Amino acid sequence: MKYLIRLSALLVCITPLSLVANPVVEQLLQDYKQQSPDRPTAAKGKSLWVLAVRVQGVDEKRSCTRCHGDSLANDGQHAKTGKTIKPMSPIVNARRYTDAQKIEKWFRRNCKWTWGRECTADEKASFLLYLTTSTD
Amino acid sequence: MNIWKPLVLILPVIVVTTGVVYADRDEREGEGRGWFSSFRLDVAPVTDPLYQEECGACHFAYQPGLLPERSWQKMMTQLDDHFGDNAELVEAKRQQIEAYLGTNAADHANYKRSKGFARSIKADEIVLRITDTLYFKRKHDEVPARLVTGNKDVGSYSHCAACHTDAAKGSYNEHEVRIPGVGRWDD
Repeated sequence: MKYLIRLSALLVCITPLSLVANPVVEQLLQDYKQQSPDRPTAAKGKSLWVLAVRVQGVDEKRSCTRCHGDSLANDGQHAKTGKTIKPMSPIVNARRYTDAQKIEKWFRRNCKWTWGRECTADEKASFLLYLTTSTD
Repeated sequence: MNIWKPLVLILPVIVVTTGVVYADRDEREGEGRGWFSSFRLDVAPVTDPLYQEECGACHFAYQPGLLPERSWQKMMTQLDDHFGDNAELVEAKRQQIEAYLGTNAADHANYKRSKGFARSIKADEIVLRITDTLYFKRKHDEVPARLVTGNKDVGSYSHCAACHTDAAKGSYNEHEVRIPGVGRWDD
């Protein structure tokens, strides 16, 4: 039984695209694909998600988890205002990833705030794969 | 005829006591609820869903009537550095929100506190933080910092709704204040 669970977990990990049933995300992934020759993966998205970067002029290292927290299934908290940020996982928060404009808006803002630059198409695709498929 | 005598005597008493009651209310409510002034006491609540959605996602959706138009205009042209955060919007939405804020700004609003905010700022001054206005400072000068910035459940004077329980409705009545860990705040 345990073996079966592990096997299915492994399958889930190596076939993330099959899990993306959301047309908004599918379309975005297509768009990003046209902008970048790299191959995005959920694994890449995960390591970028926790990557802490120190931007010039900012006195702390920042990563996505700074505000979104350590678990995608839990609430996060805005670094400055303390306002609750709803979970990133579409499993617990069905409204996530249903509006392409909104996704692009937050990529733009949050990549700049966290890393001091906009994210590349490959990075954004990897984030989307990770966020929409992970059970972290 | 004799029936008028006590009435004549009592009339000034009624007038004076009513005046006292209303004067007291004026004082306690912060801004005048006079007989002839409008009954709109505080600030107009937020009505624009786009503003609520875009700005309220990160922080309390401050009512437009808390700052004059020139403040909102300046703020909306520097969203890439919005008090240290990136709050950029697509141009169409940015313009729509700027128009909403401008139209309903403190210097155009017929609400007591809005007028108070607008009046407390010098004509040649552009204040970006509500907490930097003289009106705000005057209204909070008796609240010790330890109950706000030193209070982990409040953290900052910018978190209106942490203490003003009806702030989201545009109501900042002193009687509605509940400071976390402290309770009521009306003197």
